Amino acid sequence: MSEHSLRLNHVFKRFRRGERHDSLRDLIPSLVKRAVSRDRERALAAEEFWVLNDISFELKKGETLGIIGHNGAGKSTMLKHLSGIMEPTRGNIEVNGRLSALIEVGAGFHPDLTGRENVFLNGVILGMSRAEVKRKFDEIVEFAGLEEFIDTPVKRYSSGMFARLGFSVAAHLEPDILVIDEVLSVGDFAFQRKGLEKMRAIAKSGATVIFVSHNLQAVAEFCQRGILLEKGRVIADGPTDQVVRRYLDTASIHEDRPARGPVRIAKTAIRGVDGQTGRFAAGQKARVSVTLDAIAATEKVAVVIDVFNTEFYEVFNTSSERLGCPPLSLAAGERATCDFDVELNLGPGTYYLGVYLYRYDVEREYDHVFPATSFVVTTDRDTRGSANLYPAVARFESAAPLALVRAVGN
Amino acid sequence: MRDALRELLRNRELLYMITWREIRIRYKQSVMGLLWAVLMPIIITSAGVMVRIVASKVSGRPITGADIGGIGVKALPWAFFVSALKFGTTSLTGNSSLVTKIKFPRLVFPMSSVLTSLFDMAIAIPVLVFLLPFAGAQWSVTMLWVPLLLLLMILFTAGLCILFSAANLFFRDIKYLVEVVLTFAIFFTPVLYDARLAGQWRWVLMLNPIAPILDGLDGSIVRHQQPDLVWLAYSMGISIFLFWGGVVFFRRLEPRFAESV
Repeated sequence: MSEHSLRLNHVFKRFRRGERHDSLRDLIPSLVKRAVSRDRERALAAEEFWVLNDISFELKKGETLGIIGHNGAGKSTMLKHLSGIMEPTRGNIEVNGRLSALIEVGAGFHPDLTGRENVFLNGVILGMSRAEVKRKFDEIVEFAGLEEFIDTPVKRYSSGMFARLGFSVAAHLEPDILVIDEVLSVGDFAFQRKGLEKMRAIAKSGATVIFVSHNLQAVAEFCQRGILLEKGRVIADGPTDQVVRRYLDTASIHEDRPARGPVRIAKTAIRGVDGQTGRFAAGQKARVSVTLDAIAATEKVAVVIDVFNTEFYEVFNTSSERLGCPPLSLAAGERATCDFDVELNLGPGTYYLGVYLYRYDVEREYDHVFPATSFVVTTDRDTRGSANLYPAVARFESAAPLALVRAVGN
Repeated sequence: MRDALRELLRNRELLYMITWREIRIRYKQSVMGLLWAVLMPIIITSAGVMVRIVASKVSGRPITGADIGGIGVKALPWAFFVSALKFGTTSLTGNSSLVTKIKFPRLVFPMSSVLTSLFDMAIAIPVLVFLLPFAGAQWSVTMLWVPLLLLLMILFTAGLCILFSAANLFFRDIKYLVEVVLTFAIFFTPVLYDARLAGQWRWVLMLNPIAPILDGLDGSIVRHQQPDLVWLAYSMGISIFLFWGGVVFFRRLEPRFAESV
């Protein structure tokens, strides 16, 4: 058996923007258009773009790879190519061994069927034989912790139970190559840990693992190697630490978006007092800079910033107006900058910053970008959660025996 | 083509599970349970009997048991055809989450629609077999034609299902087209009536590839006649071609399913 388990050779994928013709009614005009424009293989028509642009890399057996990138960088498309759901426009992908893709937990689950029935259905859909599912059935149910509810229709499950069962089936596939999407972000915290443990065990057993996630911390923790995608290209490939840093360092520029209103967010950055980006210690002071361009004359713009954690739960939100700063009216072509000083009193983890331009008196949203940028907060104390209470253990000791305490008390 | 069939065979457990899911859901959701499978043929047969009664009043020719038996025999495969095609056409678009998320041969979807409808027919067959003697049908050698005729029916239906399931993915209005055509197709197909009623225009009706098959079933079971071999060969040719063409068409478009669904 050759050494590499996956190899991509100059993979290109073309997508089309805008409206698609998906009814017979529209077929005739599109056919005419197709007949007129020739040579579709190489050249790109105006509304077409490369969602994957000349991607080549090779994975050795047992390697763990994390793929990161901003929204729209081509991560999901990449996943679909790796798992064989889509085929590249040009180039090819060599797969060596049994590949399983975990793109969505519980795909194919039917709400009216019981947990037991769905385990069999989902297992076979994911590529196991029925005998295999039967053999692993108890293990799957136990891992999900759903022994009591296994004969209940899954429509009565909570979303957490549903996700746990789906994940559990997929985690018992025993593939040579495992491709995982955001699926680890399912279930409660304890189950996420358990899931990550399971993934680690699969990787340890010699499987090649490819992990795509917004959760930079999970990627950094789990993968040896990282690939950073931007606009369909690989712009960094190396040890995960370096690649994650590179990702966080890029101040987000949004100027190439089409304008949604008269004013547009052009740039967002978050910098520490000494100018560093991307990675901050908890409690550190930082400055959030938002640059906006007025395309046409705009009245009374206020800037709103909010911070979300990786579960997309909003942990912080404020605005220039609510902080007592009057809104700004801009002339066409004028550029403005709004700086917020903040203290990052956050727990360890990855956070996303969203930016809104808003007019308060008429409640109109001019523009918004989410995530505008992201950053990682680190702490020297092992805490969990988005808030940081800067804890320290003040006292934890055994005093006198309880009986003695009572006796003395009396 | 051979690859496609081999792939289907390799994934027979998957085909089985998807079909099993469809059957399970269909019968779990309906209060009537297995009655569901016989309901449609009964309605078709009743409609046919109605038509015959009116026709006999006009022509003065009394209705025979064989007439009613013949309608029953044709109603079953027709119900199969209609339900398979209806579910088959939307089988890919209806399973879009599976089509975009997991890799496996998509041919499984239209094929499972055919198998699910076949299961319904299999439930209704014993009922028909029990009732047929009351309509005067008896065992005869010509019944040996039945397996071949059913096979052709399945092949023809599967071919159309495969073709339309892929087409509906790219053009979402195919579904409506199929529904409209299916609603009125019973008037163009000799299910409720006999093709011979058309006299010298019988051949126009027989151009419909299902007509010779239904006619053959009616003949071999109820009237103890051999099927019309020329027309049967015509149906066979079309069925095989349709199945083959459907699979080739489907396989060619398969790589584009995930991005078009």
